[in-house]
Amino acid sequence: MTTGIQVDEVVDARGLMCPMPILAATKAIRLLQPGQVLKVLATDRGALSDIPAWAEDTGHELLSSGTEDDALVFYIRKAADS
Amino acid sequence: MTVETSALETPGAQALTEEDVRRIVREEVTQAFARNPASKQAALVASKGTLDWAYPPLILANAAAAAGMQTAVFFTFYGLNIIHKDFERKLKIDPVGNPAMPMPIPLPDLITAMPGMVTMASKMMRTRFEKRNVATIRTLLDSARELDVRLIACQMTVDVFDYGQDEFIDGVEFGGAAAFMSVARRSAVNLFI
Repeated sequence: MTTGIQVDEVVDARGLMCPMPILAATKAIRLLQPGQVLKVLATDRGALSDIPAWAEDTGHELLSSGTEDDALVFYIRKAADS
Repeated sequence: MTVETSALETPGAQALTEEDVRRIVREEVTQAFARNPASKQAALVASKGTLDWAYPPLILANAAAAAGMQTAVFFTFYGLNIIHKDFERKLKIDPVGNPAMPMPIPLPDLITAMPGMVTMASKMMRTRFEKRNVATIRTLLDSARELDVRLIACQMTVDVFDYGQDEFIDGVEFGGAAAFMSVARRSAVNLFI
């Protein structure tokens, strides 16, 4: 799946199980500026519910989610006031 | 339907419909919840000391912290095993009387009670988790501390089991039931594990 979204950082959490995908995303998003975009790759099926829930709780915007090759892919924009 | 307004109302103001009132109440309630600091706090108790019971409090605490919640885990009784310096040796699993535990072939308790079975079952569980790339207890503890999760050991059970404060991993605080309750009452999430 290709999107026109400009990505600032990629987190490759493929092969890692819950809770590592959201932990890796948490650590990575801290290093971004508000407004920048994080791309998260995961193979853990739990990420399908975890990443959207985490985005809602932290206020970051889930731009899109889908699959890329055999992995789940999520694009998240860091919130302005974080 | 229009709500009756009094004659003292500001001239020119619109009367509120029932719909308006409902909408305002809904918005206020939603905002009140979002402003409530308790919605950003989580308190967990970890009271069990076997390998299978060590994962849930650590995984949940990490998830709460990742969601931006101020999180505290209170380790009491056998839960102290999880934050002991020697946790890798202490966290085991016993196949005896554990009908929920998945086994390669069903074994009666008479067999699983034999010497060496606890060590074997513990090794089997650790290997299974490693193969599927589940985070290790060590990784989860490190990650929790990185995310500022408070790890609090119950002082009373530390004393009762004759542990010294120096036997626990770095970053562990010590507290009692009242200290925990004070954290718990301010937390929307309260889990006893």
